[in-house]
Amino acid sequence: MRIRHIDADLLIIGGGAAGCYAAIRAARAAVPGPAPRIALVEKAHIERSGCLAAGVNAINAYIGEGRRPEDYVDYASRDAAGIVRGDLLLSMARRLNGTVRALEEMGLLVLKDGAGGYAARGWRNVRIRGENIKPLLAAAVSAESSVAVFNRVNVTAYLTEDNRIRGAVGFGVTEAVCYVFSAPAVICATGGAAGLYRPNSPGFAGHALWYSPFNTGAGLAMGILAGAEMTTLEMRFVALRCKGSIAPTGTLAQDAGAEQLNRLGEAYGERYGLSTAERVYGTRRENAAGRGPCFLRAARAGSGQWEALCRSYLNMSPVQTLQWVEEASAFSGNVTPPPAPGAEIEGTEPYVNGGHCAGGYWVDSDRQTTLNGLFAAGDVAGGCPQKYVSGAMAEAEIAVFAALDYARRCPLSPASVKARDSSVREALAEAERFLRRPAALFTADQLEEAMQQSMDSYAGGIGAQYRYNGAQLARAGDRIGQLLRLSEALRATDMRELMRIYELRERLILCRSLLAHLEARRESRWPGFGEYAEYPEAEDRWLLYVNSRLRAGEVRILFRDLVGKDERYEHTH
Amino acid sequence: MSIRIDAGACTGCGRCAEICPGALLRLDEAGRAECRYPGDCWSCAACVKACGRGAIALYRAPELGGLGATLRVKKRGEALAWEFTLPGGAVYVINSQPGNAGEY
Ligand SMILES: Cc1cc2nc3c(=O)[nH]c(=O)nc-3n(C[C@H](O)[C@H](O)[C@H](O)COP(=O)(O)OP(=O)(O)OC[C@H]3O[C@@H](n4cnc5c(N)ncnc54)[C@H](O)[C@@H]3O)c2cc1C
Repeated sequence: MRIRHIDADLLIIGGGAAGCYAAIRAARAAVPGPAPRIALVEKAHIERSGCLAAGVNAINAYIGEGRRPEDYVDYASRDAAGIVRGDLLLSMARRLNGTVRALEEMGLLVLKDGAGGYAARGWRNVRIRGENIKPLLAAAVSAESSVAVFNRVNVTAYLTEDNRIRGAVGFGVTEAVCYVFSAPAVICATGGAAGLYRPNSPGFAGHALWYSPFNTGAGLAMGILAGAEMTTLEMRFVALRCKGSIAPTGTLAQDAGAEQLNRLGEAYGERYGLSTAERVYGTRRENAAGRGPCFLRAARAGSGQWEALCRSYLNMSPVQTLQWVEEASAFSGNVTPPPAPGAEIEGTEPYVNGGHCAGGYWVDSDRQTTLNGLFAAGDVAGGCPQKYVSGAMAEAEIAVFAALDYARRCPLSPASVKARDSSVREALAEAERFLRRPAALFTADQLEEAMQQSMDSYAGGIGAQYRYNGAQLARAGDRIGQLLRLSEALRATDMRELMRIYELRERLILCRSLLAHLEARRESRWPGFGEYAEYPEAEDRWLLYVNSRLRAGEVRILFRDLVGKDERYEHTH
Repeated sequence: MSIRIDAGACTGCGRCAEICPGALLRLDEAGRAECRYPGDCWSCAACVKACGRGAIALYRAPELGGLGATLRVKKRGEALAWEFTLPGGAVYVINSQPGNAGEY
């Protein structure tokens, strides 16, 4: 396999919302000396990669008229039942509105109210026509001459030396090339993780997920293997979504004013509470009590409103609109809008996602991880839930300034090149083992399904009604260990299959840490997201962070005190 | 969930394969787009939008309630014309343009 070496001042891994914006901000940063050389590496193509591939129709994190960033911190903290990093939330919240303006400057259509201000949805949302949000971000990246974009390169491992980052290794997805990136500072922006658990509809429709199935938790797994500290993985995200399409429900609930109704037509929302986790919990309980199916249904609306909803969903989830049109035509050839538009709702399989929940890298106030020179932004970064598009971008901005500063202060020493060569040889040898193996009993797809089934039954998936107990978690741990062993003997016949093997391994490595986190938090703080059978209540003594590090092949748990919004947090190691 | 490619309309430009977030598409021996891993499709519609020929359509898997309708989109400047082809062949269109983006 050919090896390509790339030297940069700043390496950004993952070209989604956070990664693209990081590249743009780094290119425009006013720094002394020559402009920094920025490498942005993306496993897909930045034009339509990550969570934003289909588009979005609202920016979910914004500080509306008359509100302050502190209000956002309070809201997010309440929604997460207290397990947040106040410092991270506050610094993010202060930058939210600036990122929306930046998106508008890139050409995003932000809707306006009558007075010329942004059209708000509640006090924390602005409405957009965001079908093209990702192409706009990608175009803004391409306009920066100091950014070199590497599409279709799947990053698989960090290069490190004495707890310091030196770059990363990746493999072409369509070409047999091993890429070796060297940089004094690296920003990880690979997003959260989908595909750990059995989905609602396994099989042919197995990728009908809410979160991007191509976000496999690569950045988290690479960090875990490099010994970086992780936080709050046990706060898994279970989304309440439209059944079938797995489309978001916010537009129906907030713009069309749809209520959660059980089969008796009772609005059950208030009965359980309206936080993100409580909405999921209520729907599950109604089904368990025999009062399903549950729906989100708007009050009677005219057909114009049905079409407006259809149009709106085309901007983020075209399959939902396709579903509505199919339902409204029912084989007849004519489309007859229903009197009260809506959709059946259900919970998804759990995700690890630092954009809605708080699981991800443990970072300092500047978004530096515990691996020196490695920064994290967006859904891969922990402690800062409810960040969404604008928050992911705000974190990217914070990380960029700190990372460029780090790169200036701590350049790579020439001595590290030798060490680099040996870890590159190792990574390459591993890839070639997968590619050269003449035959293998199992495929990556089979092992992935086995993993999803074990996580589903033993670690609180849909099939287990999101419940788990200690004995089950231990059983899941054994299975994940076995599957990791089996994955070493897989075979790849081309570079894409090689990527599939790495994706599977990333998920397995993340599952192992996730299981340790689930076991360690002996309470049920977010019953909508999961219930620990032996510890069904939330307890104040668990107002702390559950963190972990991999040491000598073992996931070690450590507990840390909560960090408030007025504190500055630095790693003490 | 998946897509259907109309090989007759495909010109083999490769745009869909270039941008599919899952690297699921490629050009076959005849130089036409094919989806190699239909079960891995996320239904994001990136390819549907990228295809200048309207050769790619989205459909819904039957296990998710799909009834056989397909969805394509045509771009006219800032406006998008979304075309739903119903099972009997009738076409239903929803136009999305900056002017009517604001209702929801
Ligand atoms: C369906 C859906 C709808 C949403 N709707 C909204 C909304 O309406 N409003 C809102 O504000 N937020 C919304 N969000 C949330 C928002 O999209 C995310 O919070 C945001 O995109 C996170 O940015 P990110 O950069 O961390 O992740 P992403 O944007 O997903 O980017 C991660 C990138 O990393 C790449 N990558 C992953 N692994 C590797 C690797 N090994 N090597 C190289 N590259 C890699 C991926 O391909 C991807 O491009 C939605 C999310 C989803 C999934």
